[in-house]
Amino acid sequence: MELSLATRTVAEHTVLEVGGEVDVYTAPRLRERLVELVDSGVRSVIVDLGGVEFLDSTGLGVLVGAMKRLRVANGRFSLVCSKEALLKIFRITALDQVFPIFPTIEAATRDSDGSATS
Amino acid sequence: MATVRLSFSPAPVHVRTARLVGVAVARRAGVAEELLDEVRLAIGEACTRAVALHNQYGLPDLVTVEMSDSDAYSVRVIDHAPIEASVGLAKLPPDELADESLTDEALTTGVGFALLAGFVDDLQVRPVEDGPGTEVRMVWPVPRR
Repeated sequence: MELSLATRTVAEHTVLEVGGEVDVYTAPRLRERLVELVDSGVRSVIVDLGGVEFLDSTGLGVLVGAMKRLRVANGRFSLVCSKEALLKIFRITALDQVFPIFPTIEAATRDSDGSATS
Repeated sequence: MATVRLSFSPAPVHVRTARLVGVAVARRAGVAEELLDEVRLAIGEACTRAVALHNQYGLPDLVTVEMSDSDAYSVRVIDHAPIEASVGLAKLPPDELADESLTDEALTTGVGFALLAGFVDDLQVRPVEDGPGTEVRMVWPVPRR
């Protein structure tokens, strides 16, 4: 399945919903979208991986790159993921120690606000 | 013994094809269903690495994926980049993963190797026998038929 990208706003957060396959061929599109968001002034990005069917090292590299870009801008970057197959990838690469990973959008927004936003 | 051999020009768009073929042959060979996601990811990582190396060295040569189900399911991904390109494959520690000085290429290479090493119990990276290049060999068990 091809990569799909959609953004929506939840309170002060921009949620990027990613679907399909994120690999060496499609990851540049994800990178472009994330760079666009940061360059447009967005300072809290939540990437929702709920629709992702495949994620490789290139996609992981893009996510780390976005996190670094936001860190430089004093922004905040987090992931939403509850799929065990993807969580295993984060564990094996030790990236679960690098990214804040939440099971739901609500949990991700609650963590930054101290209370849930909807 | 059945062997399927696939060669493709070193373009990212073909890596997905290699993954699909690799998983199809694995399923036909009898690899357990619960291992197929790992097979898919590992073949993808090995092919991504080969494509990146060919592009890095400006090599138009085809990347080869050879799948065999003689005793187990074995997959060989063969590139033709200078052998020194394979040196330095290492898993990155967590505190270096988000380090500002780490380039995107180094990060992706390190993470890719971590995935290969993490998902493939029987993994070998060795020089090809003829000419420059590296062979990534991965083996998965197949129940006796």
